[in-house]
Amino acid sequence: MSDGVQELQKLADSIVGKAKSGEQVEAYISRGGETSVRVYEGEVEHFVSAQSEGIGIRVIKDGRTGFAYAGTLDADAITEVLAEARDNVQFGTVDEWAGLAEPDGVAQIPQKFWDEELANYPTDKKISITKELEKLTLAADVRVRAEEANYEDGWGETAVATTTGIRESGRGNSCYVSVSTLADDGDESLTGFGFSVGDSPKEFDLNKAAREAADRATRLLGATKPASKLVTIVLDPYVTSQFVSILSSVLNGESLAKGRSLFADRLNQQVADARFTLVDDPTNPLAYTATDIDGEGLAARRNVLIENGVLKKFVHSSYSARRMNTKSTGNASRGGFAGSPGVSCLAMQVQPGTKTQAELISGIDDGVLIQDVSGMHSGVNTISGDFSTGASGIVITNGTLGAPIREFTIASTLQKMLLNIVDLGNDIDWLPMRAVGLSLVISDVMMSGA
Amino acid sequence: MTKSQTTEPLVATDVLERVLAKGRSTGAEFAEIYIEDKRSTSAGLDDGKVEQVTSGRDRGAGIRVVSGETTGFAHTSDLSERGLLAASEAAAMAAKQGGGGVNKVQLGATLRHPVNNIKISPDGVEKSRKVELLKRADAAARSVNSAIVQVSAGYGDSLRRILVANSNGVLSADDQVRTLLRVSVVATGDGGMQTGYDSLGHTIGFELFDENDVEELAIRAAKQAVTKLSARPAPSGAMPVVIKRGSGGVLFHEACGHGLEADLVGKSASVYRGKMGELVASPLVTLIDDGTMTAEWGAIGIDDEGHPSQRNTLIQDGILTDYMWDYLRARKEGRVQSGNGRRQSYQHLPMVRMTNTFVINGKEDPDDIVRDTKHGVYIAKLGGGQVDTASGDFVFGMTEAYLIENGEITEPLRESNLIGNGPEVLKDIDLLGNDFAMGNPGMCGKDGQGVPVGDGQPTLRVRSLTIGGTAA
Repeated sequence: MSDGVQELQKLADSIVGKAKSGEQVEAYISRGGETSVRVYEGEVEHFVSAQSEGIGIRVIKDGRTGFAYAGTLDADAITEVLAEARDNVQFGTVDEWAGLAEPDGVAQIPQKFWDEELANYPTDKKISITKELEKLTLAADVRVRAEEANYEDGWGETAVATTTGIRESGRGNSCYVSVSTLADDGDESLTGFGFSVGDSPKEFDLNKAAREAADRATRLLGATKPASKLVTIVLDPYVTSQFVSILSSVLNGESLAKGRSLFADRLNQQVADARFTLVDDPTNPLAYTATDIDGEGLAARRNVLIENGVLKKFVHSSYSARRMNTKSTGNASRGGFAGSPGVSCLAMQVQPGTKTQAELISGIDDGVLIQDVSGMHSGVNTISGDFSTGASGIVITNGTLGAPIREFTIASTLQKMLLNIVDLGNDIDWLPMRAVGLSLVISDVMMSGA
Repeated sequence: MTKSQTTEPLVATDVLERVLAKGRSTGAEFAEIYIEDKRSTSAGLDDGKVEQVTSGRDRGAGIRVVSGETTGFAHTSDLSERGLLAASEAAAMAAKQGGGGVNKVQLGATLRHPVNNIKISPDGVEKSRKVELLKRADAAARSVNSAIVQVSAGYGDSLRRILVANSNGVLSADDQVRTLLRVSVVATGDGGMQTGYDSLGHTIGFELFDENDVEELAIRAAKQAVTKLSARPAPSGAMPVVIKRGSGGVLFHEACGHGLEADLVGKSASVYRGKMGELVASPLVTLIDDGTMTAEWGAIGIDDEGHPSQRNTLIQDGILTDYMWDYLRARKEGRVQSGNGRRQSYQHLPMVRMTNTFVINGKEDPDDIVRDTKHGVYIAKLGGGQVDTASGDFVFGMTEAYLIENGEITEPLRESNLIGNGPEVLKDIDLLGNDFAMGNPGMCGKDGQGVPVGDGQPTLRVRSLTIGGTAA
């Protein structure tokens, strides 16, 4: 354990030590830093070097919960935060299930979250990598401009302690590069992006990021607006990842407890095509959002949620588990020190099929390869299940990719889309998102255009 | 919560001068310090219970140093002179461009641009009164109909004190108070569950609830959910769309607002680049961005670069008259900034952002606009949206909508997105009402930063928009 982490754990312990009789107290502390480099036209547009820290304290007494936070670890501020959290307790409604997590004996699976090489990576090389990425992107295609090339890295240390015996701390760091592109053809400009993620910068694949950014922007040049009709869609891995992420709300045990899951009463029933198996597994080190503990400090674990199309499990925090008379699945999630834990899937994985994307496409007579979607937040309702997003992509005719299309929507319901999964690709892509990517084929989706 | 009604500056002027001088010590031509002290209270009710009251405190400084085309930035939560000087040095190093230069900075008196007078600072209001609002909203929503099965309500207020000083001599301060209430409702029926949502937010204090009825808000959200229980699938394809007053400002936010931000225009990442003085919209359209609109959600006394907010006409009678500007983009073009340099917090760099963006009144009677529409969709409430500024393609969600048949509003429709292309849709606006209203409080996201924005418009018709439903 590093000195910094130890210091945070000691601080968390000392706050928990101030709990009065009858009080449950949780202290969550984090500290971190980031470097951000943006390059435009060969020059550094901005260079950000910053550190931040903060603390969130939760107090529960007689079934009532209060919370407060501050973006500093200044001693006076911490005293004020504890006092505010205590003061806030009186305004909560008594909730018989309110409470902190208790150690449940599930062992953590050790993973590597800290890279020493990244921690010591020289600043001038971060800048030269970013400039190199911009150069490679421009070289990939004459029609392409770079809107911005970015290098980002960050490190963080956290510690959590509770009066119920949770005591966990750790640190991690990560980095990525990304580039946003524009491709021009006459009056028309289209956008693209590419990125690369690694434990340290030496793992970056700049050429791949540059090529993808150029391809994404140029692939849709000349796209037209299609006519409306029912089609079979092939979701590109990047789009599938966004689609699968949405299912986190539907499988959320707290939503279930509060009557907001469209899968309430569907446990052990067929909710998806038999080819579809969904697992939440933050213990898989390949997952970008892999973790060893959840937001309450319990061990992260593998949970099978949908198996061969049958709904097997909802994900729970200790709170939602108590309400539903079950055990936490290690799925408390936390956005940082400024909030108390909620529930979500942590690292979603779909069991792959056997075909490449090209093989999937070759079997489709009339369809669309969906390259990108927009408005996931405005057109998808996880309570009613209504699904409608903006999209762009490439027409599939008799098994062959044809003309690009854009400015259309794809629509169905989440319930139908899961049942209408007709095939899955073998092209697993561990994207820097909460869910894995792979090609996913869904039939009978309404395409709305001209 | 402790009262913080004080006129004490967040940091003394002589300290600011030394911090700015340090920022320029490596030869940079511009240094800026942005100090923020934000206190917030929020409370959430769900499933009939007040789940949690949260108190928050965020305080710190962001220091920006500009040398040529390069910006260096560092931030710190340590507001002592030592902490600020260290951050200033880090920002200067980040922007480092060779040897020493002029490094004396002199600031005048602080300029204050109060956005409006806060009558009841939320800081001084008992938390129990804030929680009471949530209980009232819950009871009102549940009273609407037995089909209402779940209600969640959220209250939030924030007092954000900011101070901006820069090496050009700018020294400005502002206290920004915002108060918000939102209600989400779930109703259930034979066809499954449906949702309703409404919110109320202004740049004022707790007097918000003297001037607005919490029960009315909750009942509106509940009725929306109940109405949608009998909704049929939204149509699929292009057709005329009528958007109710005060519900569709997000259309302009996405269709052209972002595209008129000078940072995107400057990189030719906007479909509106090079269009100054050209007809970019129907001659009916005059589009304004106005940060001075007292009490509106996007109102600010000063922007986050210390520039007083102002009213800017972006499109006049369909002709593009200006973009929106922050300091850096204005400096590059040798013009003045427009009060649109905003940031989420002291931990963020400012960039060009909207404030309150709206289309002013036309001449039509809103009822006539519906009557004039033979077949189409009437949107009573829009959700969020998203735009690709380079292509101009944008989407936005409709959370409450109805069919228009033979000039009458008829059956409710299920939710869906709409899609269009900004410049085409602006030109396709063929009827504009005389019933202007501002819409719900919004949070606009750009490059990972969220800032509060307002929007508004009179009832209007777009000749053709693509509805992304499932019905043929």
